[in-house]
Amino acid sequence: MTTFARTTGGDALVALARRAEAVAIPLGALLVGLAVFGLFLLTQGKSPVAFFGYVWQAGFGSAFSWQNTLSRTAPLLFAALCVALPARLGLVVIGGEGAIVLGGVAVGALGVALAGTSPVLALPLMAAAGIAVGAVWIGAVGALRYYRGVNETIASLLMAYIAIALMNHLVEGPLRDPASLNKPSTAPLVDALRVGPLPGMEVHWGLPVGILCCILAWVLIDRTTWGFAARIAGGNVRAAQVQGLPVGRLILGFTALGGSFAGLAGFFEVTAVQGSANASLASGYGYTGILIAFLARHNPLAIIPVAILLAGFEASSGLVQRRMDLPDATVLVLQGFVFIAILLSDTLYGRLKIFTPERWGRG
Amino acid sequence: MSDDLGLWAIPIAMIGGAIRVSTPFLFVSLGEVLTERSGRINLGLEGTLVFGAMTGYAVAYLTGSAWTGVLVAALAGSVFGLVHGLICSLPRVNDIAIGIAMMLLGTGLAFYFGKAFIQPVAPDLPSIPLGGWSGLPQVQAALDVNVLFLIGIVLALALAWMFRTTRIGLVIRVVGDSTDAARAMGLRPAVIRTAATAAGGAFAGIGGAYLSLYYPGSWNEGISSGQGLMAVALVIFARWNPVACIWAALLFGGAGALGPALQSVGVSEGYYLFYAAPYVLTLGVLIATSSPTRAMTGAPGELSITK
Repeated sequence: MTTFARTTGGDALVALARRAEAVAIPLGALLVGLAVFGLFLLTQGKSPVAFFGYVWQAGFGSAFSWQNTLSRTAPLLFAALCVALPARLGLVVIGGEGAIVLGGVAVGALGVALAGTSPVLALPLMAAAGIAVGAVWIGAVGALRYYRGVNETIASLLMAYIAIALMNHLVEGPLRDPASLNKPSTAPLVDALRVGPLPGMEVHWGLPVGILCCILAWVLIDRTTWGFAARIAGGNVRAAQVQGLPVGRLILGFTALGGSFAGLAGFFEVTAVQGSANASLASGYGYTGILIAFLARHNPLAIIPVAILLAGFEASSGLVQRRMDLPDATVLVLQGFVFIAILLSDTLYGRLKIFTPERWGRG
Repeated sequence: MSDDLGLWAIPIAMIGGAIRVSTPFLFVSLGEVLTERSGRINLGLEGTLVFGAMTGYAVAYLTGSAWTGVLVAALAGSVFGLVHGLICSLPRVNDIAIGIAMMLLGTGLAFYFGKAFIQPVAPDLPSIPLGGWSGLPQVQAALDVNVLFLIGIVLALALAWMFRTTRIGLVIRVVGDSTDAARAMGLRPAVIRTAATAAGGAFAGIGGAYLSLYYPGSWNEGISSGQGLMAVALVIFARWNPVACIWAALLFGGAGALGPALQSVGVSEGYYLFYAAPYVLTLGVLIATSSPTRAMTGAPGELSITK
């Protein structure tokens, strides 16, 4: 059966097996990660069954819990795109948090200046400000990588720390609303410049926009020559340069685009959730986004269900803490185990016989 | 207190601060030098640092001995390094991504188990008053040097000697420069890299114990803010040379001490910006020392970040 793969039927089967592999391995890794976390809970004298029961109840069990989960999903979608797009070029950018934070500050500051103007004019301008700041911030990571050879992983995380320090300086200094005593913030946005919930729901407009962005990003990556060129360059930069591909423009474009999505997350956090820019912008969405992008294997469409799943875990974290007397860091531990499981599973591709029909005939 | 010294208080406070702040940088960067010289990068040392800070503090509190805390922190760090090393020995696993995951897991576990130890007070590590010759209390405070800092310097010199003259140092260097050459010599690169990563993790664990047991000297969830990550960048700056790590750590420590030093003389304007100085310095150093075209001098050949 060594000629198996060369027959037409064999090709279709191989393609099908590859697709099954691409779904089954990440899903299996997710389950293994959750199982290891369950064992961890057992060592702590806590019941994993109760834990996942509460997660189901508070994250997915009712219309109310779905609203809670979905309203936490939007920033995670944007943050994950900020990781997934550069990843197509082989770049591991993990500083999306910085673009979210500074995008949010730009939106908050501009919103104060534009109070009284028509929201039809002001909101697009504010969104553009968030996008622009995010694009410049993460685009700079790409530029440092391309022009100076600076490692993008370290640079982007350092820039996230710098961004948070800058945000603290701005909201506690020049941009501070004197009325915000306990929690230094920019002045609250006027109601007209707040982004409201979807009709009849508590979920804000960030969710449909985020899903749309995921779909657009998928089209860009999977259906355009730009996306194709990026995949070539991600595989082998030298080969791409020999082919005449504009590697520099690809790196700048994909990092800036990723950053603009993160900036959009800042826009929705300020206009739909917080109502002003403050330290709550740095609440770790950027870091959860890294895990989501890796779980989705950097496929923008897969980001949507994965982000909803992780938003469900975060939505249930309050209930789990109260009912099971677990610290808030429990979610971090869970994420850590799942992250390691998904990275471990990278080693399985092409090695499981069930997904490689080419090898079925051999002993 | 600062009136009698005027602006001289700033450099004195910064020298003292540099010595105090640099110790965790020194230990983490030495651990990373050892790991990277074997051809692998462990970005997870930030998580190891935080976990080491928690275990060191918790064990010191429970046993009443700060040194037992340091020892257990080193053990815990080596376990983290071992896990990183073993996972990265599998084919097609990305060492940078594993480092990010270990950073998340280490921080998560530290916060999870550390909740109970935020309130209690653990014993401090001892320090040696090298400033006794001076009558100025500021100078005495600045030169009150912790034993771990001195151990770190000895360790740096020992590592440099090991890489230069010993068999084991040569083995690590060969494995780091060329997997194929190492295999041809009959060495097992995966085993050596895993051992180097575990040892590097132990150093990072000690660095963490210093944070919680000496300076700032207590355990809380904000104890490390990227020192582990900056130490990885510092290694590039130090060109994978353990002795250069001492000077690099002191420089970074000085940058970290800038904010507190200015605050001690009453400058509070731009507080957050001064606290960002170490990150800006790290980024600046990375930009200045990297190059898009040529491999970095002194870089191990198999290292993924320099390729």
